[in-house]
Parts: sequence; structure tokens; C-alpha cells
Amino acid sequence: MAIAAASSASSGVSAGTCLWFWFLPTCLGYYADLFHSINPYLFAYVGVAMAIGLSVLGAAWGIFITGASLVGASVRAPRIASKNLVSVIFCEAVAIYGIIVAIVMATRIGYQPGADKSALAAYSGYALFGAGLVVGWSNLVCGLSVGVAGSSCALADAQNATLFVKILVVEIFASALGLFGVIAGILMSAKADLGAAR
Amino acid sequence: MEMLTFNASDGYLEAMMRGLRASILTASEYNNIMQCETTEDIRMTLNGTDYAPYLQNEPVPLQTAALVTRLTERIVSDFAGIRSSAYEPLATFLDYLTYPYMIDNLVLLITGALRNRELSDLIDKCHPLGMFEGMGTLSIVATPEELYRDVIVDTPLASYFVDCVSIQDLSELNIEIIRNLLYKAYLEDFADLCARRIGGITAQVMAPVLGFEAGRRIVNITLNSLGTDLTKEQRAALFPHVPNSLDAEIVHLLARADDEPAVAVALDRSPVFRALFQRAADHPERSLEDEFFEHEVKLLREAFDQQFHYGVFYAYFRLREQEVRNLVWLAECIAQRQRAHLGKVVNIFG
Repeated sequence: MAIAAASSASSGVSAGTCLWFWFLPTCLGYYADLFHSINPYLFAYVGVAMAIGLSVLGAAWGIFITGASLVGASVRAPRIASKNLVSVIFCEAVAIYGIIVAIVMATRIGYQPGADKSALAAYSGYALFGAGLVVGWSNLVCGLSVGVAGSSCALADAQNATLFVKILVVEIFASALGLFGVIAGILMSAKADLGAAR
Repeated sequence: MEMLTFNASDGYLEAMMRGLRASILTASEYNNIMQCETTEDIRMTLNGTDYAPYLQNEPVPLQTAALVTRLTERIVSDFAGIRSSAYEPLATFLDYLTYPYMIDNLVLLITGALRNRELSDLIDKCHPLGMFEGMGTLSIVATPEELYRDVIVDTPLASYFVDCVSIQDLSELNIEIIRNLLYKAYLEDFADLCARRIGGITAQVMAPVLGFEAGRRIVNITLNSLGTDLTKEQRAALFPHVPNSLDAEIVHLLARADDEPAVAVALDRSPVFRALFQRAADHPERSLEDEFFEHEVKLLREAFDQQFHYGVFYAYFRLREQEVRNLVWLAECIAQRQRAHLGKVVNIFG
């Protein structure tokens, strides 16, 4: 059965058997082939897309969490509105981290004939993919964290103005989490080269 | 998860609610009011607060009845503002806040219908938060049966009526029992809304508040039914059953209690109610009801300690109601020159 599935998968007979094949123990050896047969450019650009996409998702989510509370709280306490824009800017910074890393990563990718066939290309594809994952996810959760802290900051500031700076410190620490992802992502993509150098 | 999704539809209103909460009178403002000599001075003091626009058109001297109307008007306008921009399920939650007033209004109208009073006069006496559709047509309703068939079935309370009241029960004797049965059905339904249909932080925050509310009603029903011809089975049927309320054992003992000492023995097993009973006994100038109000305010204040839940809406309107009670008490004391009783207000925020 397994052998039959393997042979049908390798010859690519029917889509149904082919899909089933990848869940059989006999196929484990073929997983390397699976990843090998994906072009490094795909990995690299999916990495870039995740770096910017997830970062923007986190930033946008954080901004609406903060923004809704900020707008509501400033109905009765208008003085907080401009001060608490800092919280929104902190969320925005998360998207900026994402775009910085995405630009750094994109500069590692370029088109040269045959550039995707070398061992360096395989390395670069995985490195950029990993960097994208690291930056994207860390910035997504960082944005959520800053958003929730910023929302509480707006509500607290509306009640008691002395709390603003104290809660801002909490937000700064939350914002630093995204920076960790950025540093790791830049280091990971530093040695990647997918036909961009020269 | 509420942290991430709550603000999408309810963040604005929650923040606005907390802004309104900041305008609830504080201890120092109560102190200022206590220094007043006349009700006009109270108006002067309140002019420094949110109440100013509601009081400025009242004729001199300020009457206590007018004060109640204006203060209630303010709660109603707050409520209408919040309700009009609420999304589901907050809208449902807010609707539930008006049901107790609706129950009171309906009971008032049924009593009026039984006594053949003109219902249109009674409508002015109804609480504005408990208005429901069809109230305007009430003047043409003559008998309790018609009231039931034409009006009640269209209110949100109809399901509570169906469960606990039949048309034969609409007699004057049973009116208090009907009120309690309706309230029991309402409280159980509201607790279910918070715990199951909304859930999450709202359920956590509302559980102790509604649990205490149910416990308080159980104790009050027990105390009020002592020495009446209400049988013990009938009494037990009025008890609301809500999670986080009194233990089943205590409720059982209360259902069988014959006199006040038996009630005290039963409540000895509940730390909260024992403390409240003890304090009421130690301070002869304070009634048990005062202690209940004070404890309720403490629970409601705690609702503001958490974010991303609906409990703040409930807490805000209940605290405002307590504030109206406080102000009316102070105004009455000052108007009748009973300064010795001024201290009986419940401070909401220290």
C-alpha cells in the first residue's frame, strides 16, 4: 500500500493519493525532497511577507485596542488625548520595526541566473524565512501587548494624571519585546545572499 | 481573549463609562453638602459637578421631589447615550439593567388596575428607565386580565410572567409575591446571561455582585415573611437561585426559619452576612438595609478594578442610583433640620 502510494506520488498520478502519501511513515525520507524542491526565492519572499504582514497586523490591532479606549476616555477628560497619542505611536513603532526588517531582508534578494541552485541559496532561503517568522510573530504579540497596556494607560490617565508616566514605563518594556525580534531577525538574515550581492 | 477583542465594539463605551465614573461624588463633596444650611445651598454645591445643567432651571427653593426627578433624569440621559451606541451583546446586557425598573413599574400598574385607578396618572409615577412599549396605550386598559393580555405579553418581561404567574394570580393579595417571583426569574436569567451567554471576565466580575444581590433578597424575603401567613414552601419558592450566592445549606435553614434568632443562626455560617448582621446589631442607628447598601457599594467599586468587561456598566448605574439615594437623604435631612442623621450616607469613592 505504502509502496504503491509512494510510486503513485512520485509519478504524480492522482492528487488524493499524493496528499495521503505525505502522512505515511514511509514518506519521512522524502520530506527533505519536499523542501528541496521548493524554490529558495519562495521561502525568502514568504519570510519578507510575514515580517511586514504580521508586524502590521500586530500594530493595527494594538492601535484599535488603544484607540477605542483613548477616544472614549477623552470624552470626559480631553486633556489626555494628545498625551496618550504616545501609546498609539508605540504601536505604530511595531509596524516600523516590521518594515525596517522587511527592507533589510529584501536587499538580500535579487535576481541572477542560477542563483537559486547553490547551497548558499538554500541557506539564504531558510534564513530569510526564519527571520520573517521571528520578526513577524514577535512584533504581532508585541503590538497586542503595547495595545492592551496603552488602553489601560489611557483609562488610568483619565482618572489620575500622575499615573501616566508610570504606565508609560510598562508600555516601553512591552515595546522592547518587538525590538528583540528585530535584532534576532537582522542577525539571522545578515549572512543570507540570494543573488543580491555584487 | 477579551483583551484582544473586547475593544473592537465596546472599548469606546467602556472608556466613556469610566470617564463618567470619575464624576461620581466623592467624600469631600459629600462633606461640603453636609455643611449646607438649606436646599438652595445644596444646589450651589452641586453646581460644581455634572449635575449643574440638570438643576439650573429648577425654581427656588429647590424641592426634594424635584431633586429626585432631576437626578434620575441625569441617570436616564447617561443610560440613553450609552444604550444608543451599544452593540450586541452589550445592548442585551444594558437592556437587562432596565428590567428591574420595568418589574417595579408593571407591579405599580397592576396594583393600580386592581384598585381601578386611572392608569395614565400612574405612568407619571413610573421610573423612566423602566418604560416599555405599549405604556402609552395603557389608559384604555381597564382590567388586570386585559393588562396582562394586551401589554405584558409585548414586554421583555413576558417570559418571566409565563414561568411564574398565571392570570388568576393577579389579585391584590399576591402582588408582592408576584413582584418577588418576577425578580427571582429576572435575577436567575441575568446571572445566566452573564455566566453563560457573555462569559469571560464579565462572568467573573458579575458573579459576586449578583450572588450578593440574590443573598440579600433571600434574607429580606425571609425577614419580611416572618410572622405573616406565607407558608414555608411559598417562601422557599421565592428565593432566587444564583451561583455564588448563599450556600444551599444556609438557604435551606432560612427557608425553615421561624423567627429572627433562627435567621441569625443560619446566617452565622456565611462570613459576609454574619459580619453585616453583627455590624447592624452593634450600631443601633444603622439598619441592616444600610449595611447591605454599603457592602453592595464595596462590591460594585471592585468591578472597576478590571478592564474589558461589562460589569462597569452595571456598577456605574447602580452606584449612581446609590448616589441619588444619598443626595435625597441629605436633602431631606437638611430640609427638615435633622442634622444628626446626616452621617447615614454611603460614601461611594473615598
